[in-house]
Amino acid sequence: MTFSPALEERFAALLQKYPEGKTRSAVIPMLIYAQDEVGAITPELIEEVAKRCGVAPLQVDEVVGYYSMLHRKPLGKYHVQVCTNISCMLVGGEELYEHAKKKLGIGHKEVTADGQFSLEEVECMGACSWAPAVEINYDFHHFVTPEQLDKLIDGLKKAH
Amino acid sequence: MALYNEPSPLETRIVSKRFGLPNSASLDTYLATDGFVAFRKAREMAPEQIIEEVKASSLRGRGGAGFPTGLKWSFVPRTSPKPKYIIVNADESEPGTCKDRLLMEYDPHQLIEGILIASLAVDAHKGYIYIRGEYRYLIDMMDKAIAEAYAKGYLGKNIAGTGWDFDLYTHSGAGAYECGEETALLDSLEGKRGVPRMKPPFPAVAGAWASPTLLNNVETYSAVPYIIREGGKAFADLGTPKNGGTRLVCISGHVNKPGVYELPLGFPMMKAINEVAGGIPHGRKLKAVVPGGSSCPFLRAEECDIPMDYDTLAKLGSMLGSGGMVVMDETTDMVKVALRVMRFYAHESCGWCIPCREGTTWLRKILQRMVDGGGRREDVAMLGELSKNMLGRTFCALGDAAAMPTISIVEKFAEDFEKYIVPEAVLV
Repeated sequence: MTFSPALEERFAALLQKYPEGKTRSAVIPMLIYAQDEVGAITPELIEEVAKRCGVAPLQVDEVVGYYSMLHRKPLGKYHVQVCTNISCMLVGGEELYEHAKKKLGIGHKEVTADGQFSLEEVECMGACSWAPAVEINYDFHHFVTPEQLDKLIDGLKKAH
Repeated sequence: MALYNEPSPLETRIVSKRFGLPNSASLDTYLATDGFVAFRKAREMAPEQIIEEVKASSLRGRGGAGFPTGLKWSFVPRTSPKPKYIIVNADESEPGTCKDRLLMEYDPHQLIEGILIASLAVDAHKGYIYIRGEYRYLIDMMDKAIAEAYAKGYLGKNIAGTGWDFDLYTHSGAGAYECGEETALLDSLEGKRGVPRMKPPFPAVAGAWASPTLLNNVETYSAVPYIIREGGKAFADLGTPKNGGTRLVCISGHVNKPGVYELPLGFPMMKAINEVAGGIPHGRKLKAVVPGGSSCPFLRAEECDIPMDYDTLAKLGSMLGSGGMVVMDETTDMVKVALRVMRFYAHESCGWCIPCREGTTWLRKILQRMVDGGGRREDVAMLGELSKNMLGRTFCALGDAAAMPTISIVEKFAEDFEKYIVPEAVLV
């Protein structure tokens, strides 16, 4: 597989980071950065990461099944993650998640027909004191009301 | 950079002293505000002296377990011929906790200096900051701070002209609460599923890549520059005897001014709720508090008139944990809270130990059935019994972390369960 020059550069740096002979350590960071570019953890990507890190493909595959941010199917261009854990729940996180489902017309880990949005009810993302919180791709949004979530989503639709 | 919440005048700002300064994340700002004074001082000290100073501070791990930091440092065999590693636990995932974010965002160089001082104490020359994958922007910010430190001679070879060499890297997680447990974190760092290891050997002896490893939380390392600069006693004196210093308290839930505030150990809990965090909205009454992340046994309102220190919380059968304090008002349905908390643990159990994997799943199922209208009289006792059977029967603390809050909710908020008990719902 070929990747963008920026990702190739990152991969090269990753393989240098760890002590000599410990390139297996690069597997998880490589997967998550590659997923951002490829869109999903495909069988080809698993083979490629295994080859580059010098491990068996199965050793990569078992990792994919464990970590919640690694996805075998493509997510939407904008992955909307709504936290409903305790601190968010107390101040409207569950209502916000229900609102997001209606607004996008999809459920947990589903993707809109046009591939633009996906939705996930996530566990605590470390924004408890500024709850309820939403993370869209890697951008945090704090004290989010249903109206603000509408605006955020509408804004992303327009940007597209 | 705007702060996420306004500071409170009741704070004692030590690790957060640079929060809110212009360009607080830059090395120039750091150097202009006592930065690297402590590292230079530590470079002149014997490793044992550094460790003694940390012991004198009575600093305890800020990640959750609260283990005495100086003691942990003394366990690393510094004369071992193997390479030694410094690992930073920045996998902040304990529900209710959002402080390490701020330490990395607003004062990354304080963390770097703390790591460097630790490296002097245990003779390590390489370190990794394990940051949860959701905190991508912080991985980028830490990478930027690390690059700046390298460029200006505060990382790499001959740091600050002192002849000390140290390389520091970030490492991205990919979504797993379990990786906050130190041995699971190490497996994850090695490219595996984050499953806890059997102890002993402890990470101090055989940690990352089977080498001696010092592993602490972001806030723990961040407190070290002050301790070395001002002396362990100065830090200890900010708190109460045996409970030294300050800590970042993340107040969330039903309060008017939720936020992360730096408070001395022993600060009164009710004052934190009513004055620091502005009290409970709509004039409602307090019902319950999670003192340090959702893994801690919950407190009833009448138990909360206490100083927040490790020993007082231990006497009440709870913990200060990770500093994530969740405030619940009288309208809170504790059964729904118990369900949400258990959904979390069932999702995050790595599945390695059967009592945790099965226990969390069955507790979730029973609580869900109760909330869905099928609660049986015997469910309440079963929740307690199942939880108690998990205690102490797993490799890591996740099983206990799931059981303890459940036991406390069942025992302390029995009245909340009554309305979910449906007489006709019987086991057939």
